[in-house]
Amino acid sequence: MLRYLGKRFLLILPTIFVPLILVFLLLRLSPGDPAGMMLGDQATAEQIAALRTQLGLDQPIFVQFLLWLKGIVTLDLGNSIFFREPVMQIIPRYAGVTILLTLVALTLAVLIGVSMGLISAMNRNKPIDRGVVTTAVLGISLPEFWFALLLIFLFAVTLRWFPVAGYNPPSAGIVAFAATIFMPAMALGVRQSALMTRMMRSSMLDVLNEPYITTARAQGLPESTVIGRYAMRTAAMPVITVAGLSAGYMLGGAVTIEIIFALPGLGRMLVEAVGRRDYPLVEGGVLTISLVLAVLNLAIDLIYAILDPRIRYQ
Amino acid sequence: MSTETVLSVAGLSKSFRAVKAVRDVSFSIPRGKTFGLVGESGSGKSTTARLVLRLVEPSAGSISFRGMDLAGLSSGDLRAERRHMQMIFQDPFGSLNPRMSVRDTLVEPQLVHGIGTPAEQLKTAERLLAEVSMPRAALDRYPHEFSGGQRQRIAIARALATNPEMIVADEPVSALDVSVQAQVLNLMRDLQDRHGTTMLFISHDLRVVQFMCDEIGVMYLGEIVEQGPRDRIYGAPAHPYTQALLVSAPGKAGGQRARLKGEIPSAHAVPSGCAFRTRCPQAFERCTVEKPVMRDLGGGQKAACHLLDGAVAA
Repeated sequence: MLRYLGKRFLLILPTIFVPLILVFLLLRLSPGDPAGMMLGDQATAEQIAALRTQLGLDQPIFVQFLLWLKGIVTLDLGNSIFFREPVMQIIPRYAGVTILLTLVALTLAVLIGVSMGLISAMNRNKPIDRGVVTTAVLGISLPEFWFALLLIFLFAVTLRWFPVAGYNPPSAGIVAFAATIFMPAMALGVRQSALMTRMMRSSMLDVLNEPYITTARAQGLPESTVIGRYAMRTAAMPVITVAGLSAGYMLGGAVTIEIIFALPGLGRMLVEAVGRRDYPLVEGGVLTISLVLAVLNLAIDLIYAILDPRIRYQ
Repeated sequence: MSTETVLSVAGLSKSFRAVKAVRDVSFSIPRGKTFGLVGESGSGKSTTARLVLRLVEPSAGSISFRGMDLAGLSSGDLRAERRHMQMIFQDPFGSLNPRMSVRDTLVEPQLVHGIGTPAEQLKTAERLLAEVSMPRAALDRYPHEFSGGQRQRIAIARALATNPEMIVADEPVSALDVSVQAQVLNLMRDLQDRHGTTMLFISHDLRVVQFMCDEIGVMYLGEIVEQGPRDRIYGAPAHPYTQALLVSAPGKAGGQRARLKGEIPSAHAVPSGCAFRTRCPQAFERCTVEKPVMRDLGGGQKAACHLLDGAVAA
């Protein structure tokens, strides 16, 4: 088990660094220059050159990269060019919102997906199964931004249950937080829940055909044990895989949702930082997302190992 | 005591929509004896096994087990009764839960039926492993760490865990290498002698059935066409199908009796009259129009064939 963990841990490093290198290069290869952006149209070439030197942008690209790597190791990601504040102080303000949004959306998606998939599989080919499958197809086809607008129209404009947009942190009280996070989380989670419904249904149907399920029934196990302890544990594996992919998708894809609901999240911060050519902030943001994703993947690998003894022993 | 009937099946039938998988099957097994069902694939052997265990609901007929009508039991009583009837399935790879250690696999049936304290359950598990000649160290290992023969021995140990009166074995060795088959069959016979277990044994392999069974029923297209003590069936087969099967068995010199031609007809379209007439080398007009009834041939042997009319009269 420890060896397995160690191997998984080593695999995290490329997961984090490959996107970082790509982003680092792409930013510097794309047209536009932070110094020019900051000084505006009236700046002279000398002024721009002076600022570039000050920001270290006149050095060869690999030197810049090495300096930045050194920064990661010493936990100093530099200062944001726009905010003139350390990146390490800016990111936590935004990352919290995105991570909370992703977690709530993921929880909703898993709860809805697993229960719907289960209901569907247990009532195979009955009207309720057909209803669930049809709804799932509809859910997968819904674009998030459109579903978000529908939610706003229904819950905020018509029913007036929730504010149209905006964000209250959990410190403002759980009710206030829930009121602002519910709609974005639903908008972000509903497609994923539809994917999970279908995954859960089909893997549950597969498992229910396994001989050891028949054996368990023939042994006289109560149906609740057969489903809960035998079938669901196996059927959960593909759903967990999908949940991991969903989490990654949500982390990166929250941008639209954050913009629609005016949430001060990492996605929105990144989009604005790219527009300002704020290299250090963009790199810091990507690093944060990669880190969260890597930790998530590690958690999923751990869950696999707990659920399936065969993985532990490999 | 020795002639007490443990299982008695009468008029058992099962249709899946238009398909008549099992038709009017009747037999009974005295305590401690083994009844074998043989036939080609598609003859309804496995369905009969599942019907006997009530894993599949019969369309018609009665199953009397230990003097109780299984069909009349409530689902709770049926679950409790399963303690006395356990099963061994064909696929030793699929019939063990890959996520349960051997210890859990052997303790589970006892737990379900509330047999013994945890310490006693573990003791029983250890004893069972010894009985099937597996090392005690196997307790904490998982099914994927064992070979097919070892897994089937674990499955046998599991079937014995509740000390059942009857074991239904559905093709228990057909997935194993021939060298391993003999081991497992010998083990099953030893255990049966030691525990006095009654057995319903299903196989398509005539040599295996001859080795294991006291009484044999030959199935064709969902019906028993001939039934009797082992020595009568092998020594003086009365039904042309039984004769053909015996000739077809490897190692037997064919010649005086015709070998079987073609495939077993689809259960969707059972031939009129005698179901076997389409492949019977001795079929004549009457076989097309009239279904033969079971005739008692003396010595416990029965067969359903028009050719036997003269034999009985003579």
